[in-house]
Amino acid sequence: MLELKDLAVNYGSINALHDVSLTVAKGGIVTLIGANGAGKSTTLRTVSGLLKTRHGSIRYEGEEISHLPAHRIVQRGISQVPEGRMIFANLTVRENLLMGAYLRKDRNKLGHDFDSVFEIFPRLKERAKQVAGTLSGGEQQMLAISRALMSKPRCLMLDEPSLGIAPILVKTIFQKIVEINRSLGITILLVEQNANLALEVSHYGYVLETGRIILHDKCDALRANEKVKSAYLGGH
Amino acid sequence: MSSTEFIQQLINGLSLGAFYALIALGYTMVYGVLRFINFAHGDVFMIGAFCGYYLSPRLLPHFTGWLTPLGPVTVLILTMLICALLGITIEKLAYRPLRSRPKLTVLITAIGVSLFLEYGGQFVFGADPKSFPELMPDRALEGTGALTITTTQLAAFIVTVILLVALTLIVKRTRLGMAMRALSNNPTAAALMGINVDTVISFTFGLGSALAGAAGILFALSYPSIDPLMGLLPGIKAFVAAVLGGIGSIPGAAIGGIILGVVETFVGASAFSTYRDAIAFSLLIVILLVRPAGIFGRVQPEKV
Ligand SMILES: Nc1ncnc2c1ncn2[C@@H]1O[C@H](COP(=O)(O)OP(=O)(O)O)[C@@H](O)[C@H]1O
Ligand SMILES: [Mg+2]
Repeated sequence: MLELKDLAVNYGSINALHDVSLTVAKGGIVTLIGANGAGKSTTLRTVSGLLKTRHGSIRYEGEEISHLPAHRIVQRGISQVPEGRMIFANLTVRENLLMGAYLRKDRNKLGHDFDSVFEIFPRLKERAKQVAGTLSGGEQQMLAISRALMSKPRCLMLDEPSLGIAPILVKTIFQKIVEINRSLGITILLVEQNANLALEVSHYGYVLETGRIILHDKCDALRANEKVKSAYLGGH
Repeated sequence: MSSTEFIQQLINGLSLGAFYALIALGYTMVYGVLRFINFAHGDVFMIGAFCGYYLSPRLLPHFTGWLTPLGPVTVLILTMLICALLGITIEKLAYRPLRSRPKLTVLITAIGVSLFLEYGGQFVFGADPKSFPELMPDRALEGTGALTITTTQLAAFIVTVILLVALTLIVKRTRLGMAMRALSNNPTAAALMGINVDTVISFTFGLGSALAGAAGILFALSYPSIDPLMGLLPGIKAFVAAVLGGIGSIPGAAIGGIILGVVETFVGASAFSTYRDAIAFSLLIVILLVRPAGIFGRVQPEKV
């Protein structure tokens, strides 16, 4: 469904990605793990059209999309939940969700979509009129995910959804990610530093190290891999 | 100061302030989405006044009988449209190519655009002041007792209120208005929502410039001598009003404009009238010492 091939990206003279290739199969959950600064966020930002590629290709549903601006990428059905959530703090929860639906043409169906995200995250319903900046970290993450869902994506990319969230909520959020994949049929590309959790919920995994993919395999195999164990799973 | 005199000065101050507010909104909205001060904004206001000057004699004679009141309204609307187009064009030609450059570069470009409009204006319109035509009969309203309220003041007040209400509705309720707020809140997230950032920036410039154009006409109604450099001082004062209210905040610009207008008018009516501008600016310094981000502003760390 989504295929990156030999992707290279730089910030000025700094090369952040070197020949990254990865494939996300339709209907699955693929995870991209790696240490801080490995280039995970850069990868997602590039797919979303926020960064330009130096070379390489990004194909989505068979079409090249690497030259498209960010708003066209959303239009194609790829939505991102960015690192640090980036909710619109001055807007209400409801307005944040409306922004997520910015490109939707079928605006008469929005009511139904509000209901369906509230079904996944009931807590947001109680807080619909609240200014988003006043939500807790976990609630903001729920809002960021719901907001991304409002565009009706077929592919959802999440950048470190566990970052800065109370541990008990992290479990819930990951359960919801699995639920979104299973019951809504949305393909997921999950970026995480928390490799344990990510490999647990995903089907296939890629390991990124200083801008290069050094390893990829089924998640079960990666969890058994000695190198992954010692470098990313805390050695046990 | 008697109470009648007090109320009189308050009315004068509010009408001057409302007019600063109209210009200040343009500064603050553009700052909100681009984080830079569009120094050419005061000159769009000047162009607004000149649009009124050239349009009125051509349009007003066509509106006779019961259509007469529609004449000035048409002049106002056309002026706003022309200024909106001007603002959009300035952004597209001068600022957009520099979007990823340091803010200082854009700031200097804005000063260049401002000088271009001022001296281009002198070239095209002539440097000598022109007297602005009467768009409507200017006389004192009756039945206001000892207070003097002119028809021009009343019309300017009504127009300002309508424009402020319309702007609030646009920003709060419409899809583009909401996109504008989202963009000023977090540009990256706005792009990830599928918001076409260029469109929203054009929209913001159009909206702000239309208000400045309207302010140009309202100003020229009360002070009917116009020239290509007339945008300088009101431009700076409206900028001060925007900073006073908290740059980036829409209600802040409105309140900041009103405060500045009222203070300026009261000082102007007092024994210290020669120090009018000095005192108004001192007020700015005092408020910013107490609240560095302005009345409605939030101190936010510079985003990386
Ligand atoms: N805006 C930027 N400008 C310059 N370098 C950057 C920028 N953002 C990230 N980098 C660099 O690119 C590399 C990859 O960063 P990033 O993709 O954010 O890593 P990760 O998400 O895996 O932690 C890092 O070395 C980082 O310092
Ligand atoms: Mg990251």
